[in-house]
Amino acid sequence: MTLHPIRLTVNGKSEEASVPAAMTLLEFLRERLYLTGAKEGCGAGECGACTVLLDGLPVTACLVLAVEGDGREVRTVEGEAKATGLSVLQRAFIEEGAIQCGFCTPGMIMSARGLLERNSNPTDAEIVEAIAGNLCRCTGYEAIVAAIRRAAKEERDRR
Amino acid sequence: MAEERRPAFVVVGKNERKVDGVALVTGKPKFAGDLDLPGTLCVKILHSPHAHARIVEIDASEAEGLPGVACVLTHQNTPLTRYTTAGQGYPEPSPYDARMFDTKVRFVGDRVAAVAAETEEIALEALKKIRVRYEELPAILSVDGALAAGAPIIHDEKDSPGIYDAAKNIAADVDIDVGDVAQGFAESDVIVETVCETQYAQHAPIEPHVVLTNLDEDGRLVIRSSTQVPFHVRRIVARVLDVPLHRIRVIKPRIGGGFGVKQEVLLEDLAALVTLRTGRPALVVLSRQEEFIASRTRHPMRIRVKLGARSDGALHALEMEVLSNTGAYGTHALTVLSNVGSKTLPIYNKAKNVHFFGKAVYTNLPVAGAYRGYGATQGYFALETAMDELADGLGMDPLKLRRRNAIRVGESSPIFEKLGEGREGVAQTVKSCGLERAIELGAARIGWEEKRGKRPRQGSRVRGVGMSIHMQGSGIPQIDMAAATVKMNEDGSFNLLIGATDLGTGSDTILAQIAAEILGVPVSKVIVTSSDTDVTPFDTGAYASSTTYVSGKAVERAALAVREQIVQVAAAMLADDGGNLDEARFVLKNERAVAPNGRGVTLAEICQRAMYQTGQFQIAATASFVPDESPPPFMASFAEVEVDTETGRVQVLEYVAAVDCGVAINPKMAEGQVEGSVANGIGFALTEEMLFSSKGRVRNPTLFDYKILGARDVPPIEVILVPSFEPTGPVGAKSVGEIGINGPIPTIANAIHDAVGIRLTKTPFTPERVLDALRARRPG
Repeated sequence: MTLHPIRLTVNGKSEEASVPAAMTLLEFLRERLYLTGAKEGCGAGECGACTVLLDGLPVTACLVLAVEGDGREVRTVEGEAKATGLSVLQRAFIEEGAIQCGFCTPGMIMSARGLLERNSNPTDAEIVEAIAGNLCRCTGYEAIVAAIRRAAKEERDRR
Repeated sequence: MAEERRPAFVVVGKNERKVDGVALVTGKPKFAGDLDLPGTLCVKILHSPHAHARIVEIDASEAEGLPGVACVLTHQNTPLTRYTTAGQGYPEPSPYDARMFDTKVRFVGDRVAAVAAETEEIALEALKKIRVRYEELPAILSVDGALAAGAPIIHDEKDSPGIYDAAKNIAADVDIDVGDVAQGFAESDVIVETVCETQYAQHAPIEPHVVLTNLDEDGRLVIRSSTQVPFHVRRIVARVLDVPLHRIRVIKPRIGGGFGVKQEVLLEDLAALVTLRTGRPALVVLSRQEEFIASRTRHPMRIRVKLGARSDGALHALEMEVLSNTGAYGTHALTVLSNVGSKTLPIYNKAKNVHFFGKAVYTNLPVAGAYRGYGATQGYFALETAMDELADGLGMDPLKLRRRNAIRVGESSPIFEKLGEGREGVAQTVKSCGLERAIELGAARIGWEEKRGKRPRQGSRVRGVGMSIHMQGSGIPQIDMAAATVKMNEDGSFNLLIGATDLGTGSDTILAQIAAEILGVPVSKVIVTSSDTDVTPFDTGAYASSTTYVSGKAVERAALAVREQIVQVAAAMLADDGGNLDEARFVLKNERAVAPNGRGVTLAEICQRAMYQTGQFQIAATASFVPDESPPPFMASFAEVEVDTETGRVQVLEYVAAVDCGVAINPKMAEGQVEGSVANGIGFALTEEMLFSSKGRVRNPTLFDYKILGARDVPPIEVILVPSFEPTGPVGAKSVGEIGINGPIPTIANAIHDAVGIRLTKTPFTPERVLDALRARRPG
């Protein structure tokens, strides 16, 4: 099997590896870097549980090849917390009851993070649109939307 | 009155943060699929391509010879023990009609073989190299086909105990009578009858089934499984693989949703046998497609309901006939069938004449199993749309009709005693019921008086409102059992060990709240360890809305026993100071034990004394609970819908669920249970449906083609928690996990009728079905 060298930044840390062409970014993150926050729920880009940020934009890592990450910047839920503790967004997910089983949570948080970086004051409709590709079977989404709304406000207030 | 009995709580009734919240938002490896054990083999399953066939020959030699293949499992080299995959109490009320691998396949997706290999690619390659010669048999793809004269027999084997009538493809049969229903109808002034049908639907938890097995350093088998029933897994795997139970340890890590589909022993046997044969760790993960074709579904049903009432609106006769499709195996066939009646009929306890009967039949379609609501969801569709028709027939407001006939505090129903889960039930009297208030609050919130019957129209779109009422249970009386251990540490913290299984529901958190309340400490001082058969005491598992009520009561008892020990030590400590010794009047609060005279000692001091100083002992207790009743949570459910008469599209504009679950131990989590189950129920009512080819193959086994609701699709859901106090429950609580899912189908159906005057009797209410019904109504 031919291996391809890649060099990328993951959560601010540069990583170098040789990967098979068919390896997905999700497999690379989970199996090579042991960053198991991103989950596989379908392997087909339908559930959003594997959402990570690629150069700041949310992607379903099960549909992105690891080699496509070469030279780019990847952020996962493991990079969301700061040295000082949980991010405002993470805390809001806990406070608003936006987590039940927690399997969709890492993907939800990364979709929300992607949104908040593009738009610090999103409407509810924009929040819903941002997580439209992230399926949750437990919550009915209301608490998730509330958490993102709250985090947006708190992040704005901090500026 | 119930409200007055409600004590003042410190921790209970508060929105405490989820005890595992931080780990989950930071992406810590909490799930079974996150673990990476060196040398793990990947297990893949070969599924049947035929709906019904005999395996004439199976040759795995080429697959076995493929480099990287560790072993291949088929019926030729695995135990032939018959069992049920249903994770239920022992002995299970489901027939023992399954084998690890059989010589016959009974649906497209049935197990034929499994391969364990070094990598997923090799395992998939090896599956292709297994040569199987099938003798195809005529397939049964409908319940009517199953019951037709001369139908092929799906379970023609002779060694499957517990099937009601295998020769007729009947897995289970129920028939109970109260009063005289024929006489009852003869005496009724208004009679309505409806037949409703529900579809094949899948749970679709975002985490698929995952099992990871390995041998520990002592050679014992460790099974990490995304299961709702770790103790049943241990028992069933021990029996099927003929391994002594004490050689198996089952651990349930965090799991990514269950909803009933993980109340099955679906994969544990495979991974375990691979590990036993190879000595190596084995991982089996179902793909999303396999979740649809080869895991479990909700039982599709055809239900006929006939209601008779006196002209004043008093229900007099009630008949319910059920035909349930259990698919290829009878897992949960009898109990789901029973629950169609036992969780619905008691709500109208004024009817003196009741007949409930039905069958669960085998077909060559995917296997039905436990699914949130467990038959009640299907039953309420027929019952609550029939009640709406009855209200029409009587010219009575649907709210008034339901109020007149619904069960109240202090009342019973003969159904409680006649109909249990697969056997006779247990007599009980309702001791808490907020249904009347739920109807009132829900009606006000949706604007019932202003909106009902008004049919406002905008272009082709017409609005309407509908409602329905519901009950469920809180565990299975005199069957379920839960135990809890509370153990004290010398810093004044406690370990809470529970067999109870948190599926994401938050049970670890609410059980910690119960213990914290009684022990006078914050939740942060209760360290929860759950669902590990080596470490935690027994619990039947997370199903039948049992955890809050049954496991909660075990925690309450264990905490009370520990509290007593703490007070004894405290009394001795304070007696040395000449304090008051009346132990009954001690209070535990703010991490202290306080005597009636106001003097107190810290919990840390108490435990230090007990551990190191005087009369040394471990402050700890284990307690069990087996419920004698199953107090129902109640719900009044309302919706406003908009029906587009040109496209047939139904849109839910607002949904209101007013729920009485006793004391809500964590209101936000209780609301979350209702919101999530309502959202799932709306999907079941409007979009979710497994479709089949003429050969019985699932045509839409993806989340793209099987439509569960996304954030854009869910309407505003307003949950109202109606206060009540359940005297038999832990801190006054009842369970709340399932009830919400029962509301959407009848509520939306009744709202559609209010809007456009059609009665939909088949779920989901797709645009096609709505348009068909609209056309059928218009002459020409």
